[in-house]
Amino acid sequence: MRDVAIIGVGCTKFGELWDRSFRDIFVEAGVSSLEDAGIQGEDIGGIYVGNMSGGRFVEQEHIGSLIADYSGLASTLHVPATRVEAACASGGLALRQAIFAIASGYNDIVVAAGAEKMTDVSPDIATDALAAAADREWEGIVGATFPGLYAMIARLHMHTYGTTSEQLASVSVKNHHNGTMNPIAQFRNEITIDTVLNSSMVADPLHMFDCSPISDGASSVVLTTADAAKKYTDTPVYIKATALACDTISLHDRPDITTLGATVEAGKRAYRMAGLTSKNIDLVEVHDCFTIAEICAIEDLGFFKKGEGGRATYDGETAIDAQIPINPSGGLKTCGHPVGATGIKQAVEITEQLRGTAGKRQVDGAEVGMTHNVGGTGGTAVVHIFSRNR
Amino acid sequence: MISMTVARFWRMIPNRYNLIGTQCTNCGQYYFPPRKICPTCRRDGKIEEYKFKGKGEVVTYTVIHTPAKGYDQQTPYNIAIIKLDEGTSLTGQVICDPKEIQIGMKVRSVFRKLGEESERGMIYYGTKFVPE
Repeated sequence: MRDVAIIGVGCTKFGELWDRSFRDIFVEAGVSSLEDAGIQGEDIGGIYVGNMSGGRFVEQEHIGSLIADYSGLASTLHVPATRVEAACASGGLALRQAIFAIASGYNDIVVAAGAEKMTDVSPDIATDALAAAADREWEGIVGATFPGLYAMIARLHMHTYGTTSEQLASVSVKNHHNGTMNPIAQFRNEITIDTVLNSSMVADPLHMFDCSPISDGASSVVLTTADAAKKYTDTPVYIKATALACDTISLHDRPDITTLGATVEAGKRAYRMAGLTSKNIDLVEVHDCFTIAEICAIEDLGFFKKGEGGRATYDGETAIDAQIPINPSGGLKTCGHPVGATGIKQAVEITEQLRGTAGKRQVDGAEVGMTHNVGGTGGTAVVHIFSRNR
Repeated sequence: MISMTVARFWRMIPNRYNLIGTQCTNCGQYYFPPRKICPTCRRDGKIEEYKFKGKGEVVTYTVIHTPAKGYDQQTPYNIAIIKLDEGTSLTGQVICDPKEIQIGMKVRSVFRKLGEESERGMIYYGTKFVPE
């Protein structure tokens, strides 16, 4: 296996991009990543694109062809493009497939992208499309919404470990603060714990401000071999680990509802592959689709003991200048969560941080970063570890 | 209501109406929703139909205030993960005052209307739970 590095990144603004189409956003993200890497269309060996539900959100399937075509890479170059789907973890999975293409020696330069256009349908339809990440036949049909499933994780976490609504809210408050410093973020305003607790109840105990929004956005990274990376950039970011784990699609089939087994296992596999432990990680982008999801993630990845995630967040231990900065980008809560794009956007953020170009939200001395991307309620978890040093 | 074609709903009617799942008689584990492969024994497993007794307890729950499509008439409603006495868990509605539901509460299954597609569309029936 060959070592792999990121040599270029690109990302659109995330949000309700009513004036822009699905095609507009993936072209913008893709082109900016190629410009960042300083490469041409002729250099691209393949494209992997994460997209959860083009069929429901823009009534368009065959996303690989569309992206290659409107990126100007299909009609003469016939660049191969593959769509990758694992619900909200589609982006992370696209990155993993792209890494394999380089590591195996099959391609020398590959683009890993993610794109989702969710606001071209009504929120009703978007919510229903997202619910397809859970078990349609045995969770959805009885009236379990997606926030409802995470609310059940939160309820049991509170019951078992004494986690409070204020602690949940503090995840959102911290992420909103980080988001004020991120130009691509959908929401760039400070909030307080009261903002969260006074927002409307979605599924008890989760309020509207415990939930990530419906968003449009696209993101893209360019990969090549670690050996060749310095030809393109002075600051390559090296992939130290890629790990994927699956678990039961239904929440009710897990032995412990408050633990995402897929996250635990993907984390272990990633640490093993990189030869590192959680103590070696300087910053993490985790999948905070709901506030409780961030609390579970930082416990399941080994940064805090089970049950300590809420307290630690409330006490400020996951802030940008604290011992383990979590979601310096602002996370899914404030960047927005265009589902297919999220996993790639996490890699874009870690790349910016390890290059030292993350501006006001820069984590001092960041050397090693991690991303954590989840599909559904934890049926899929993808973890990557990145480093400034080879 | 999550819309399902007639065939998709109809083929699981015995399971949805009467809580019929499966049991692996090799290891003894029960499954609902039904599984044809036992995750413990895999191809050594011996899967047979099993009708659950319908008694269990609430593992965790939520009160839904922003409903799933078609459930607005019922809002707010309780959704819970229920561990059946046989040891397997499922997701279902618990019919009671949202203030009453709690973790550890004993419940039993009842046959109820889940919802309907439209005035002239399909009516979906299935299993819900009530406090024991």
